[in-house]
Amino acid sequence: MSATGIGAAVRRKEDFRFITGSGQYTDDVVRPGETRAVFVRSPHAHAKIRSIDVGAARKMPGVVDVLTGAQLATDKIGNLICGWMIHSKDGTPMKMASHPALAAAKVNCVGDAVAVVIAETYEQGRDAAEKVKVDYEVLAAVVDPAKAQAPGVPQIHPDIANNTIYQWHLGDAKATAAAFAAAAHVTKLDIVNNRLVPNAMEPRAALAEYDAGTDNLTLWNTSQNPHVARLVIAAFVGMAPEHKLRVIAPDVGGGFGSKIFIYPEEVVCLWAARKLRRPVKWTADRSESFLTDAHGRDHVTHAELALDAQGKILALRAKTIANLGAYMSTFSSSVPTYLYATLLSGQYDIPSIYCEVDAVYTNTAPVDAYRGAGRPEATFVVERLMEVSARQMKIEPADLRKRNFIKTFPHQTPVIMAYDAGDYHASLKKALEIADVKGFNKRRRDSARHGKLRGLGFSTYIEACGIAPSQAVGSLGCGVGLWESAEVRVNPTGSVEVLTGTHAHGQGHETTFAQLVSERLGIPFENVSIVHGDTDKVQFGMGTYGSRSGAVGMSAIVKALDKIEAKAKKVAAHMLEAAEGDIEFKDGKFTVAGTDKSATWGDVALNAYIAHKFTGAELEPGLKETSFYDPTNFTFPAGCHICEVEVDIDTGKTDIVNWTAVDDFGAIINPMIVEGQVHGGIAQGVGQALLEGAVYDKSGQLVTGSMMDYTMPRAHDLPSFHVGLTETKAPSNPLGVKGCGEAGAIAAPAAVINAITDAIGTEDLAMPATANAVWSALKRATPRQAA
Amino acid sequence: MPAVSMTVNGKAVTGDVEARTLLVQFLREHLRLTGTHVGCDTSQCGACVVHVDGIAAKSCTLLALQCEGAKVTTIEGLAEPNGPLHPMQEAFRENHGLQCGYCTPGMIMSALDIVRRHGNELDEHTIREQLDGNICRCTGYHNIVKAIAAGAKNMPKASTRQAAE
Amino acid sequence: MYNFTFHRPTTVRQAAGLLARNPEAKLLAGGHSLIPVMKQRLAQPSALIDLSLVEGLTGVEQKGRSIVIGAMTRHADAAISPVLQQALPGLAAVPAAVGDPQVRNRGTIGGSVANNDPNADYPAAVLGLGATIITNKRRIAADDFFTGMFSTALEDGEIITKISFSIAKKAAYEKFKHPASGFALVGVFVSKRGADIRVAVTGAGSNGVFRVKSFEEALKKRFAAKSLEGMTIPATGMNSDIHASAEYRAHLVSVLARRALAKATGG
Repeated sequence: MSATGIGAAVRRKEDFRFITGSGQYTDDVVRPGETRAVFVRSPHAHAKIRSIDVGAARKMPGVVDVLTGAQLATDKIGNLICGWMIHSKDGTPMKMASHPALAAAKVNCVGDAVAVVIAETYEQGRDAAEKVKVDYEVLAAVVDPAKAQAPGVPQIHPDIANNTIYQWHLGDAKATAAAFAAAAHVTKLDIVNNRLVPNAMEPRAALAEYDAGTDNLTLWNTSQNPHVARLVIAAFVGMAPEHKLRVIAPDVGGGFGSKIFIYPEEVVCLWAARKLRRPVKWTADRSESFLTDAHGRDHVTHAELALDAQGKILALRAKTIANLGAYMSTFSSSVPTYLYATLLSGQYDIPSIYCEVDAVYTNTAPVDAYRGAGRPEATFVVERLMEVSARQMKIEPADLRKRNFIKTFPHQTPVIMAYDAGDYHASLKKALEIADVKGFNKRRRDSARHGKLRGLGFSTYIEACGIAPSQAVGSLGCGVGLWESAEVRVNPTGSVEVLTGTHAHGQGHETTFAQLVSERLGIPFENVSIVHGDTDKVQFGMGTYGSRSGAVGMSAIVKALDKIEAKAKKVAAHMLEAAEGDIEFKDGKFTVAGTDKSATWGDVALNAYIAHKFTGAELEPGLKETSFYDPTNFTFPAGCHICEVEVDIDTGKTDIVNWTAVDDFGAIINPMIVEGQVHGGIAQGVGQALLEGAVYDKSGQLVTGSMMDYTMPRAHDLPSFHVGLTETKAPSNPLGVKGCGEAGAIAAPAAVINAITDAIGTEDLAMPATANAVWSALKRATPRQAA
Repeated sequence: MPAVSMTVNGKAVTGDVEARTLLVQFLREHLRLTGTHVGCDTSQCGACVVHVDGIAAKSCTLLALQCEGAKVTTIEGLAEPNGPLHPMQEAFRENHGLQCGYCTPGMIMSALDIVRRHGNELDEHTIREQLDGNICRCTGYHNIVKAIAAGAKNMPKASTRQAAE
Repeated sequence: MYNFTFHRPTTVRQAAGLLARNPEAKLLAGGHSLIPVMKQRLAQPSALIDLSLVEGLTGVEQKGRSIVIGAMTRHADAAISPVLQQALPGLAAVPAAVGDPQVRNRGTIGGSVANNDPNADYPAAVLGLGATIITNKRRIAADDFFTGMFSTALEDGEIITKISFSIAKKAAYEKFKHPASGFALVGVFVSKRGADIRVAVTGAGSNGVFRVKSFEEALKKRFAAKSLEGMTIPATGMNSDIHASAEYRAHLVSVLARRALAKATGG
């Protein structure tokens, strides 16, 4: 292994600019004559708009214009869309309500934009926005997803009965019911998977500029997938033809899913920039982020597990109500369906599974993919059921898991997925050792002596990453293909630029991808640049989410490198006057087999361009290759996380005292970066379990509307983590990589809740398990102890 | 509009600002020093931390006019252009103490303030408690804590205060 | 935020004059309560009068049996003041517990006490030590000063210049931090100075900082955690919100009071 090749903990190329303050995020970009957009947002969760009076606002200092939804409609700017079709049990398509970028007739959640002020400065825009008079007829709001379908509840969208988007199911209801009827033990749980606010540290932003001379529009935005943004804004919103719209996502300050989606503000900035012939910038303040970024999770589930007397699982069933908020965000429909129910088999051999999911509208912010997207919800269901079953059946939690692990591969689950590789015993075994589970009982006694309750919780999770192949996702309703593109450009001097359709918002692709190229071509790491995030540079790509960039994005690079090697060999053959088949390529050198005749990488690159050694008829000059790579399967990262907690009996406060994560991510390019991804994922999962939760009051006001009320995990809320790896290579891609970005967030919540419930001796505990919640649970369980 | 003058990263600067201009707006919009970031609007996240007269402050919660005559240091002022990185910057890179980079300038500026107050030998507990005013959504803090401990060790002891200024 | 005019007086007298001339003006101390509120456009002062250049408002001094802290003394400075650490370490723990390090670097005792946020830390210490608030006009006893949430006995044009704390033999502060905001979800300050025994609570009460007379009575026999064993306070009058129920806050008051007592008595 070279110091910068595959498997090396190479320090990141990206970091110099970030640690010196010279990164360039969207809000850092400034265009000449730039104006600022300030949105006028609904203070009501549900209301009809009687009228909007922008007269006073227009007269305010610095105001360039004030625009409303009526003008948007006049200019024929189309609605935002959801790109994944889900059909209900009865075959009817999902009910997608219209979602204009500016509401003209009705608002459906607090923060719904009704007008935009374009002003010279931000503060002037804020001053003027307060002068826009909107006359609302306030309607009763629907907030609780569990009640959204009840008779007599206010209807949010016309012609969409019972606020129901779809009633979907997966699996075999009959076989599952039969298995339950025959079960020796049934475990039942009611679960609320709490609603989360993604809170990437960089707030969303958009800067739009129109060039009247060329009729070109440019959008700088905080996007995880600029090409998809361009496609949707061109083809569905109808802003401009695709070739007249350039989308640039520069440095992106975290995403976690929330920057996948196409949002109203981007559409409005583009529209206004063209209308006013001035660049228009909008940067969310954090309060706007809370109200308008797509939230995550928000499931209400009843789940049951059927087991025989020996603890062998017979069947699992779940009924879930998924809150999708006021409008269907870009990929919202897929999250509680194909990204959720398909993972309900966990790491276990479960003969029958049946899952029903009702997706509903409520007067809350849209809900879409957030780190893990469906898979954390599934893992929480499965791993809570396992832990509770173990406790109820008096089987060691690790043993119950072992009895049910899938041992042979490939394994077809009853819910679509075909697991292709894994070793669940190996990760469990390693985690048990690292976490010193053997010593736990002693530690528990020590804690008890100090008035603390100690608990241990497991989560043996599985996830599906690199969602593909395109044909498969297409059959499930996805509106796009989920392949990835790569273009490898070799310069005449031998340096290399790789254009990838993935993007990065903290994952370090500029480093990892360069390691791959450096190793494969035998050229210095420094001589490789990764180009992404600009639709004018990269032709097309699907972006970064769902832990797909390694498995799909890097595989595309491998395929393009294969083609580069093949072409370079042809060039070398001409240079070395040998047959193409005799050229060997190794460590950056082309050699004629069995001779000492060779050419360096640089010589070959140069010769490809000067084309002195071959005619154009024999070989085209140049050295640049493209690949569109479509994998043959999802990848299935899996692992075991073990959380150890101490609960203060007096206050209910939980401290995480130990965290062990053993993950199987397949082959690994840069272990330092992979570990960092695991750490961050765990922190978000712990956040969900202990601290975070978006709360709306009955009228639809977001009570947790700022970081004063929404608890973000801080350094002192978390321990240092013990991270280990096992490896089974993914068979579905050439590198054998699986993906690591979401694992922590998927595994962690169940591990935390399993640990706390172990400590306090009651299962009656919802997320987030705040000190108050744990204290109350203790009190309900053992009134005397907590008094 | 009132005029304000201060020293930023060793250079005297002046500007005409509305009284309501925050220090962070002055730095980002007037001086185009965009390394200092804004991550929240309630003084929680610490992405905007700079040093004012050598002491860490949230530049989103200070008026530019409050800094009249002050010496302000931002992330851009920690290392000389083309000079070596500050040991704390180097430690963040070496320990993978950043991912998306957005909170990083504030983290580094806050880390230097921890060293100023607690010295070069920092234990994990102290670092975690003292990071209370800085939020990172990417790293889970594990490597930030490591980076700060390592950076603090590598900083010159006697000149802690100067380094932070 | 809305715009305003900005003033930087150098004497208390000038500051008072500016206040008198600008009825809608506000004093700016550390600004870490006021500026966030202004950024949210929830306050619209016509002018801000920045006290940072006013002479004589900073520092921690021992004067006889009292500790006097200048109104513009920043939390970070008070927390590490050798005078305070020596004479009244229980009080030093209060500024050390405020907010986060950057807030402590800017926030001041005068600003905190004048604002009387129902979740702020200092009001518990001021009431819990029976301090005296000294203004440009008069001296106000702590028991008369806090008149409800965000409300004090300060009159128009009145500027806190310092706060005087009698040195208590035993004193301690225990805080249960609000997990998101860093304010006190509940904070309890206990002290014993001769016969004057105080238990002051911040964060919990729906009307701001308050004393727990029943606890104080019980502690007269013996100033120790044991004296409060089994004692609770009713949940009525406690704040209730998504972070903590009234019942939980009431419960925390007794837990933290016992812990503060243990700390104060070295137990």
